[in-house]
Amino acid sequence: MMERFQYDNKIVNAFLMATIVFGIVGMLVGLIAALQMIIPWMNAAEWFTFGRIRPLHTNAVIFAFVGNGIFAGVYYSLQRLLKARMFSDGLSWLHFWGWQLIIVAAAITLPLGITSGKEYAELEWPIDIAITLVWVVFGINMFGTILKRRERHLYVAIWFYIATWVTVAMLHIVNSMAMPVGLFKSYSMYAGVQDALVQWWYGHNAVAFFLTTPYLGLMYYFLPKAANRPVYSYKLSIIHFWALIFIYIWAGPHHLLYSSLPEWTQSLGIVFSIMLIAPSWGGMLNGLLTLRGAWDRVREDPVLKFMVVAVTAYGMVTLEGPLLSTKLLNSISHFTDWTIAHVHVGGLGWNGFLTFGIIYWMLPRLFGTKLYSVKLANAHFWIGTLGIVFYAIPLYFAGFTQSLMWKQFTPDGYLVYKNFLDTLLQIKYAYWLRALGGTLYLGGALIMVYNVWMTVRAGKLVSNEDAEAPAMETETGVATGGSHWHRWIERRPIQMLVASFVLVVIGGAIEMVPTFLIESNVPTISSVKPYTPLELQGRDIYIREGCYVCHSQMIRPFRSETVRYGEYSKAGEFIYDHPFQWGSKRTGPDLAREGGKRSDAWHYYHMYDPTSTSDGSLMPPYTHMYDNDLDIASTPAKIRAMMKLGVPYSEGFDERSIEDARAQAQGIVDRMREASNGEINANTDKEIIALIAYLQRLGTDISGGSVAEGEVE
Amino acid sequence: MLKFIKHHMTSIVGIEIFPIIAFILFFTFFLVMLWYVITFSRKHVAHMEQMPLTDKGSPLPDGRSSINN
Repeated sequence: MMERFQYDNKIVNAFLMATIVFGIVGMLVGLIAALQMIIPWMNAAEWFTFGRIRPLHTNAVIFAFVGNGIFAGVYYSLQRLLKARMFSDGLSWLHFWGWQLIIVAAAITLPLGITSGKEYAELEWPIDIAITLVWVVFGINMFGTILKRRERHLYVAIWFYIATWVTVAMLHIVNSMAMPVGLFKSYSMYAGVQDALVQWWYGHNAVAFFLTTPYLGLMYYFLPKAANRPVYSYKLSIIHFWALIFIYIWAGPHHLLYSSLPEWTQSLGIVFSIMLIAPSWGGMLNGLLTLRGAWDRVREDPVLKFMVVAVTAYGMVTLEGPLLSTKLLNSISHFTDWTIAHVHVGGLGWNGFLTFGIIYWMLPRLFGTKLYSVKLANAHFWIGTLGIVFYAIPLYFAGFTQSLMWKQFTPDGYLVYKNFLDTLLQIKYAYWLRALGGTLYLGGALIMVYNVWMTVRAGKLVSNEDAEAPAMETETGVATGGSHWHRWIERRPIQMLVASFVLVVIGGAIEMVPTFLIESNVPTISSVKPYTPLELQGRDIYIREGCYVCHSQMIRPFRSETVRYGEYSKAGEFIYDHPFQWGSKRTGPDLAREGGKRSDAWHYYHMYDPTSTSDGSLMPPYTHMYDNDLDIASTPAKIRAMMKLGVPYSEGFDERSIEDARAQAQGIVDRMREASNGEINANTDKEIIALIAYLQRLGTDISGGSVAEGEVE
Repeated sequence: MLKFIKHHMTSIVGIEIFPIIAFILFFTFFLVMLWYVITFSRKHVAHMEQMPLTDKGSPLPDGRSSINN
């Protein structure tokens, strides 16, 4: 008995248009950030400094561009693979508008400096809650559709969608746990090493389960569609799926090699990262081999061109990633632009190009017309490809060059490039070329916008597409003898959900629980004390300005680092750091032992105009800290929040905290006045004083290299 | 906050073995899955791999499958 129904194309189109709009916005913000790194005056006002714009770029491209791209592809393919309309139109639109509102909230709060200070999870707690709710709406809508489906078996793409949904939910909730201090500020529930481990378990798996698994699902649907032939090996796709989610979840610690993370956790991360090559390449080859016998069409069809380069880029990054996870290459690549090149081959190549391919494939079908210009689509392809090349290659050179310069010693055993800035200015040319690459890539995308616009004008949206399919026959008792276990689970989406969840939970738990559990993993150091109220306020400014985007606070145990920065970082030094601020990139020098290296006055001059103390510096000036009064009234609440998180301030200290902060600020101002013979006459109430207090505290708890391993708390 | 979790876990005797058990379960699951996938029937694979192609794929108005030809 055939049933007639309609696919909802309107929602697909809404997500598709949002993908395009936010793609352009995200890329444009990225280009601005790239230019800010070479043209300091482009850091025009406090809301537009690099430290705030870079999180805006990453959030925009990951959650707005790729996020909407995922939803567009999922809403299109899910309905057709299940032969059913989405479960609820109401939920579809709630999902759509909820997600767009979250994006708008991010676009407002990030430039305002409202951030939790954890990379790729910067949004503050009220937005985190909104994300959770919208994600649940998406989940109900997806599972509702699966339950009312007309096709018994779930195609492999849907498995990827299910794993994406369940894992992203888990990652987001665990990593966002925080203690609020008012509506716009919170402190991470975890501190130091534990916070770092949770954050990179999240960060790595955000790449895995937001940028990879949903896109693999889309690849398994749209690539066969565009090539008009089935996937090369369905069996391989199943193995690919289970192996990928089995292994990915363990690999997070490779972001923290040579850090203060326990050695065994680092090794675990390395082993699983190397193993990842197998499923990743299994998937990549499965994608490429789907085109067997159809390669002649790749020459003509821009959709296939985009998809082939996307899958190839996926293959390249998933080989490079495991290699960068080995200690040898990581010691060279980490903290350099190599990482930036690596992620952009993934972002521009894999996510970007697959999205473009899908847009060019879907759009004419949604609008019942043909693409306005295949020539323009081809032009987009070539300009975009050139953009990726110009983006990535200079940054590979830059990363390698800078890393070698950091590590170079004279025959007498001194650093050749004592001044960090020399190593940065050496690679400035690469930053210009990267900006050129970004401009090309954005230019290509703008060509697509024109092409899309003209196509939309020529056609008319088929809002509801007629379809018919037989109703799903009811289950006839127990599975027959010939039926496989796997076919059993294939027909049971809920069991599938539970199985994926158990897999990722076990991986995550084994990785993290021991670090939380075994106290010997984070030895406490008796001389490490909580921050003073003024330092805590200064630290919040450091977080607000996104200083961690360019400055690390993690000295690795290499001679080249201990000579340059001082004693290597110990796990016990970070136990009061809610959140940790180790950073992942050094565009400026490491600050873990900045305290006491330079005078207060040096910092005072430097933050106002970095070139006044460091000729040619590319750091933005932070003049607004000299105008803005410190929000000193918030101090008691912040101290209380820290006490709730277990930071051992004495009882009643919150009430004395304002007084304490004022006294410390006065001390700094007096010292600066004295040292400058009265030239610096700073105001104690300004933000800059708190920041100086924090910078001068960094790493001083164990200075002098005498690390007394104290009693375990 | 974490203290609540910590103390409960440290009070479990022999908790060190838990991760090892979990890993073995995990890996066994993977091997079992591998075996079943390898023994899929041809008919089933054919049905599954045709799935994206069996919906008419909203062909272009003139019935072409590609924007090129």
